[in-house]
Formats: sequence, structure tokens, C-alpha cells
Amino acid sequence: MEPSLSRGTLVRFAIFAVLVVLPWIAHAMDDPFWITIATRMLIYGLAAMSLDLILGYGAMVSFGHAAFFGLGAYVVGVLTHHNFYDEVIPFLPIEWVGSMSAFVQWPLAMLVSGFIALLIGVLSLRTQGVYFIMITLAFAQMLYFFMIGLPDYGGEDGLNLWQRSEIPGLDLSDSSQFYYVVLVLVSLWFLLSRRVVESRFGRVLTGCRYNEPRMRTLGYPVVRYKLLAFTISAMGTGLAGALMANQNEFVSPSLMAWSTSGELMVMVILGGMGTLIGPLVGAFLLLSFEEVLAGLTEHWMVILGPLLVFSVLFARGGLYRFLVGQRDDE
Amino acid sequence: MLFLEQLLNGVQLGMMLFLMAAGLTLIFGIMHLINLAHGSLYMVGAYFTATVTVMSGSFAIGLFGGCVAAACCGVLIELLAMRHLYHRDHLDQVLATFGIILTANEATKMIFGPQALFLNPPDWLSETVQILPDTPYPAYRLFVIISGIVVALFLRHLITHTRLGMLIRAGATHREMVTALGFNISLLFTVVFALGAGLAGLAGGLAGPLLAIEVGMGEQILILTFVVIIIGGIGSVKGALVAGLLVGIVDTLSRAFLPTLLKTMLPTASADALAGSVSSMAIYIVMALVLIVRPEGLYRAYGT
Repeated sequence: MEPSLSRGTLVRFAIFAVLVVLPWIAHAMDDPFWITIATRMLIYGLAAMSLDLILGYGAMVSFGHAAFFGLGAYVVGVLTHHNFYDEVIPFLPIEWVGSMSAFVQWPLAMLVSGFIALLIGVLSLRTQGVYFIMITLAFAQMLYFFMIGLPDYGGEDGLNLWQRSEIPGLDLSDSSQFYYVVLVLVSLWFLLSRRVVESRFGRVLTGCRYNEPRMRTLGYPVVRYKLLAFTISAMGTGLAGALMANQNEFVSPSLMAWSTSGELMVMVILGGMGTLIGPLVGAFLLLSFEEVLAGLTEHWMVILGPLLVFSVLFARGGLYRFLVGQRDDE
Repeated sequence: MLFLEQLLNGVQLGMMLFLMAAGLTLIFGIMHLINLAHGSLYMVGAYFTATVTVMSGSFAIGLFGGCVAAACCGVLIELLAMRHLYHRDHLDQVLATFGIILTANEATKMIFGPQALFLNPPDWLSETVQILPDTPYPAYRLFVIISGIVVALFLRHLITHTRLGMLIRAGATHREMVTALGFNISLLFTVVFALGAGLAGLAGGLAGPLLAIEVGMGEQILILTFVVIIIGGIGSVKGALVAGLLVGIVDTLSRAFLPTLLKTMLPTASADALAGSVSSMAIYIVMALVLIVRPEGLYRAYGT
């Protein structure tokens, strides 16, 4: 399929080009608020792209990815909080007052999300299908209530961060600079995810999606492959959470609410499942919908809800596949 | 006898969860459909029960109205959306019902206003009953427990002793055969969906005098219901009853007694910090334990 391949490259390049020049346009139009919105979209896009790794390639319908999003955010929140007040983090075996450095905070956010995902995955992957959906949702809700029940970190009210993470030579409180940092990370994560998907590991995962018993019969330790994919996906989502904490300069349990998991899934589906770049498009689509509808009426959800149902019932394959002229089964 | 009181509260919560889970588990067992909007039907039941009770002056009529309203909404949802989703994968079902939740929540806010409604138990249930000497217990909560038992007996009779029940069991295991024998399977699906919706509406109506009736109440109980179904085993009404009681009792008792228990084991400061978190996690820990021992849940499906 040579023609559609080049069209795909073209579309990807166009998306990237628009993202690169966006801050200039926003400044030229004297509307820097667009940069903030675009940063949010990119961050959600990163989370949705990570979810696509297991949803689109591994056919694991995780309804609990908001948990990893929130965990990533809380890692940044807790580290910043302790560092700012110069307090030792109480639940660690070592005496450490946290850190402001992005090179500490962000990888740690990914590691914590990945570790928790490993634990949840070990239990959840004992089951399949609809059980898996409900169990991931239940565990995410457990973590949500866990954070609500922790008064030391703000409980239900959340935690204010007094500053963003620090990268030497950059000023992340500048919205344009932060935007480019996010863009670089999203691009890197996309390239990495594509490598994963195209590797032998990714092929096995796709094989499981089409016919898991066959893959098992071929001798692949299917559960271990799925567990690793689940963990990688959670790490990407955790990174997105860490960025979100910086973007909002605030973390609260609402980042982990079940509706956030739902929104991430909607982004993947609207943009195109199993395309990696599609979820990014989906994030832009859903958040712009919300932005536009919220401008129209206070009760915008009563429009968005039926739109979602309709898009599930009638529009299949997602926007990205439509853009690149690819059919659903490719 | 604080313990007995809390135990009964747990049983009462368990009965509510059973009402929710029974419908959801039947819908899943028979149609292989995951329905997130089940919580919305619970909310519809609660709002209509409150409204009809105020209009008619009778809680019994209100409860009936809430049930009927939820069942009607259920039929509407089934005809408009669910019917087209039976052959799709679970992901599509999740997304479509997620859309329905958003719509239902916002529509409820528009119709009934954003503030919570409150409903008093009817006069004949507002007293307390002496369950043991010196142990008064609210009559209304006993009424909820008894309602749950009645529904459990009714469902047992329906599924094992009636023609509809026979079709439900047959439809769950041999769908093609039921169709081939000339039964209208899509009518059966609509009926089961309406039955499940009615039970959710009943649960919502019964919850009315106990909780604030507000938008979002459905999702709170929906997730507990999922835990019940995971523990009980998908498709099993008996599992829904046992697991509902288990989750209700564990949740209530851990919230009531775990904080005090923690204080005896940990220094007060960390006990205070952790008590809220740990007690709300108890049911999920039970769920994880059940998953380790029996990944398919306590009861096999269709073994009602």
C-alpha cells in the first residue's frame, strides 16, 4: 500500500509541523492562552497514546489508566511539596527531602506508575475481557479513594505546587518553553512506542489480540508479554501525569477519577485505535469539542454524550484513519 | 451493641448492592453486554421516587414510580443504543454507555437542578425497632433488608420456576438454539434489560431516604457493584447475593472499626493519617484476594 503510506507520512509531518509553529502563531495572534490549551492537549495525547499501546495493540481494555495519570502527578506533587517545605518524606526508608529536578521527578513518576501497574497487572491479567475492564476500574477507584483519604497531601482538596519542575538552562514556568519540552517528550514517546509496536515484542502482542490461544500454543508466555505492555503503557501515562501536575501546578484526586479513564479511552477511539498518532488527534478533537461546547452552553455534556454514542454506533476506525485514507482492518 | 448495629448496616448496604448487581449480572450473563449506565438507572430511580413521593404523598407509590421510570428508561436505552451493541466488542459498549452516563447526568441536572434532594422515610418506617433489649434499630433499614430478601426470593422463583426464567437460562447458554426454536430473542433481551433496570431503580428508590439524591450517586454505587460482580462471578444471581452481602458487611465494618483498630497498633498520628485510606480500600483487598484464589469469582455463571 505505497500511496497510503506516503499519505500517512504526510499527515504525520503536517501534524508535527503545526505543533512546532503553534506557539509562534499564538504569540502572533496575541493569544498565548492557546499555548496552554495546546499543552493540555499534548499531555492528554501522551496519556492516550500510551493507553493505545495496550488498547489498540494488546486488546487489553484498561478502564483504570487515570490511576497512573494521577500517580505520576502525585509523585511530582509530593516531591515538590516536601522539597519546598524542606521536610523529610515520612514513608521512605531513607531520609530524603524530595527534589525539584525534572530529571528526578519525571523518571520517578514513570517508575512509580510502572511499579503499581505491575502489581495491578499481575492480579488483573489473571482474567480477561469484561472482568479485566471492571477490575482495572476497581483498582483505579481504590487508589482514588486512597488519595482522598490522605489528609497529609490535601485529601480531596488536592495539593498546590508552588513551582514547576526544574531543568537546568530552561524556565518551565514560561508557557512556550514548557510547551516545547512537552512536545519533545511526546515526540520521543511516539518514536519509542512505534519501535515497541514494530519490534518482535509488539508483533507478539498484536498476535495475542487476534488469536491469543494460538500465540500460547506457539509457546509464547502470553501473560508476561501483556504484563510488560501494561507496565510500559502505565509508565507513559505516569509521565503524562507528571507533566499535568506541572501544567496545572496543582494535583488532586480528581485526576484519578473514573471519568478521566473514560475520557482517555474516548480519545483513543475518536482518533483511531492502534495507530499511536490517532489518540493524539483524538485528544485534540475531544478537548476542542469540550472547549467549544462549553462556550456554547453550561450543559455541554448533554450534547457531548449523545455525540459519543453516535460516534461509537456509526463512525468506526477513528479520525486519523480517515485522514490517512486507511481502512479499519489495516 | 454497636457491632450488631453496624453488622445490620452492612447487610442493608449488601442488599442494595445485590439489587444493583443482580440486574447487571443478568444483563451481562445473557447478552454479554457491559452496561456502565446501570448506575444512571439507579439515579433515575432515586429522583423519580423522591418526586413521585412528594407528589402523591405516599412512599409506596413513589417507590413504584421510581421502579417504573427506571424500567422505562432502560427499555428506551436498550431500543436506541444497546440493541446495536450486542455484537460489538466490550470496548464499544463501554464507550457508548459512558456517553449515556454523561448525557443522563447532565439531563438530570437540567431537569431537577444541581442541588441534592432529600427524602424522609415514610411515617410508618421512621421509628426504631428494638431488635434486642436496649438495641434500637431504624425500621427503615430493616425494611430495606426485607425488600432485598423478598427480591432475592422472587428472582429465585422467576429464574428456576417460570417459563421466562427458563428462557433466560437457555438464552444465556444456547442463544442460537433459543432463536431456532422460534423464540423472539430480542424481545427477551428487552425484557431482561427492563427487569435489570427496574431493580436498579428500586435500589435507587430505597437509597433515597438514606442518602442525598444527587447527580453522580449512580457512579459511586456502580463501581461497588462491579466489585460485587467480580467477587460473585459474572452471570450468577446467587453470587451477586453472597458477594453483595460480603462487600456490604466488609465495607461497613471496616469503616466503623478499622480506625480504632489501627490506633491500637500504630502511633496515633499515622493511624489518623491512614485510617480513612485503609478502611476505604478494604473491599478492594477482599476483591484482590478472591481474584488470587478464584479468578472467575466465587460462583459459576448461570448456576442460579
